[in-house]
Amino acid sequence: MPVTNVTHDLDSLTLVITAEFAAPVERVWQVYADPRQLEQVFGPPTYPATFVEHDLTPGGKAHYFMTSPEGEKYYGWWRIESVDEPRRFTFEDGFAADDSFAPVAEMPVSHNVYEFEAIESGTRATFTGTYESVEGLQQVLEMGVVEGASAAINQIDALLAR
Amino acid sequence: MTAAATLDEDRTDALFHALADRTRRDMLRRVLVGEHSVSALADKYEMSFAAAQKHVAVLERAGLLTKRRSGRERLVRGDVEAVRSVASLLDELETLWRGRIARIDDLIAADLHPEHIKE
Repeated sequence: MPVTNVTHDLDSLTLVITAEFAAPVERVWQVYADPRQLEQVFGPPTYPATFVEHDLTPGGKAHYFMTSPEGEKYYGWWRIESVDEPRRFTFEDGFAADDSFAPVAEMPVSHNVYEFEAIESGTRATFTGTYESVEGLQQVLEMGVVEGASAAINQIDALLAR
Repeated sequence: MTAAATLDEDRTDALFHALADRTRRDMLRRVLVGEHSVSALADKYEMSFAAAQKHVAVLERAGLLTKRRSGRERLVRGDVEAVRSVASLLDELETLWRGRIARIDDLIAADLHPEHIKE
């Protein structure tokens, strides 16, 4: 298990996740550069993600949807701002109503900085997400609650199956 | 599931609306430490008593503080349990991320042990 730390701050509306992986920075970067790999890690198995567009270059876009156990689809988009392969990329992340992937104005947009740093044991990854308002963070949390709960249940299932 | 079960949607809306304001968060910090009268609380800010009272009312509606009358004064105190319920929502998001990181770790580990990809 990677060493993981999660901090959230309601004042700055920032969520910072750090994790250490036993692999070189280039390998961890590949997880984000390759949409087929990204799909495997993005959503919990009960909410699989499908990336229909993925262009990890400055100004590029990524479009994805997540499918609930009931078959309902939730659409999202990334707008890539900067890319410094394999160390860092920044992007805006928001929701869309349907497969046109047009941003929904009233839905929150978060600004994200993903950084990968070489350390002795492999890679330290820092995922920082900043929200514009507490309401925005709340909406993301509510969606995260659904996914997080399924992930937690799934992990318990996996544990019991051993 | 835990946070969703303990917080209904309207309550969640009220909670986060109340916390979406710097002054109200500051007020909440003060009344979590100890009971304050509404007028003592209003004195801490450069705003009218009426404006401070409105902020207190928003926090009260969200269930983040409770009010009681003592003689001519209205005393307010923060509700620790309500604040914890906000923290539990954040914990749910943390769970999502822990799952995501575990999946990245599994994916990377599969490079070294390809026979374990499909268990």
